[in-house]
Amino acid sequence: MTALAAGTRHPVTITLNGQPRTGHAHPRTLLSDFLRHELGAHSTRVGCEHGVCGACTVRIDGVAQRACLTLAVQVDGRRVDTVEGLAREGRMTALQDAFHRHHALQCGFCTAGILMSLADWLVRVPKPTEAELRDMLSGHLCRCTGYAAIVRAVMDVTGQTTESVHV
Amino acid sequence: MKPAPFDYLRPATVADALAALAAGGDDARLIAGGQSLMPMLNMRLVTPRTLIDLSALPELRRVEVADGWLTVGAAVTQNELLARPTLATEAPLLAAALPWVGHFQTRNRGTVGGSVAHADPSAEIPLCLVALEGEVVLRSARKRRTVPASGFFIGPLTTARAADEIVEAVRFRLRKPGAAYGFREMGMRHGDFAITALAATVEADRIRLSVGGVADRPTARDWPRLEGAALDEALNAFAWDLGGDDDQHATATYRRTLVRRLGRAVIEDAQTELTP
Repeated sequence: MTALAAGTRHPVTITLNGQPRTGHAHPRTLLSDFLRHELGAHSTRVGCEHGVCGACTVRIDGVAQRACLTLAVQVDGRRVDTVEGLAREGRMTALQDAFHRHHALQCGFCTAGILMSLADWLVRVPKPTEAELRDMLSGHLCRCTGYAAIVRAVMDVTGQTTESVHV
Repeated sequence: MKPAPFDYLRPATVADALAALAAGGDDARLIAGGQSLMPMLNMRLVTPRTLIDLSALPELRRVEVADGWLTVGAAVTQNELLARPTLATEAPLLAAALPWVGHFQTRNRGTVGGSVAHADPSAEIPLCLVALEGEVVLRSARKRRTVPASGFFIGPLTTARAADEIVEAVRFRLRKPGAAYGFREMGMRHGDFAITALAATVEADRIRLSVGGVADRPTARDWPRLEGAALDEALNAFAWDLGGDDDQHATATYRRTLVRRLGRAVIEDAQTELTP
């Protein structure tokens, strides 16, 4: 049985965007804080810290999850992907490109989380309907209310046209 | 906010977890997906001395179909169950209700057993468990016992689970031949907590309506195949019996209205499926 004492910082090793990285964390340290403060991966935003806003969404072993509802010690030995890992050799992914083209971000605070959700979800649902997409996006809050452009970008990158008159 | 300090235990077997739980007593909390517990820890609504992590236990991650039951290990995530290709034929009510549990991102981590153990009165999975006359398998270092859903949920966040027990599995009855199911929910947004959630089972000679988010626990009522004014009267009586409270999301009056209106609608959904 793994037993980690409350008052001690324990080594945590993850594969962050393909690179092995080690830091130290108290048992109570959230993955979101571990990524930002311990590993310096600042793209993962911290919003509500109770799983509602979606800004801290990362992929753990490929699966999109809330970093603020995950303890750093729970991901020891696992793969964590953040938005820093999407672009390859300075080239954005098609999804990021579509966000750029459609102005699907304003202040950008929610964007990293939304991109990480989509990076997982679009593998499972490659041709979503607009209704399915809007349902998935309900797990993210964009306080700039830029959802229309986000929907446009995703429908574009999946080779579809938007249907809603509101978009 | 951040959680208060706690010791973290990750047992390799259920037996180890049970021993740790027995040793930890009231100061220990179990965590599976943590999609309800982690917010409570972050807000310091709970401050356990020890956190026992069940999420990685292979023994709790099985799904089995046998003897008329769909048995779901407590650490199976909500999206893993939803992705089961045969779920819609095994338990159509669950297939209809699971997309309403939180959001895609929280279902990726949140577990079936965790939702049942948490026992939020508005939660969809406890509602389905009551609707499908399911059971909860509880295990302590001393013994294993099975509690029917009707006796498991006692009140808000309160269950029949003893302090030294873990929810090992949750058992839903498989689809009955000749039965049809319906599910409806009203919330502020899809994925938010349900103001009222309703599940209907319609069989040749029976209607069963189960309601979450009104009483202090998911509650079911059985009727013969009522129709018209008789069904309205039965729904009205059920709504008053459920009661409900005013809170920041809705008034008790609104919740009872939803029981009457959506109750009829969800029963009609199931009836339509039964006799197209």
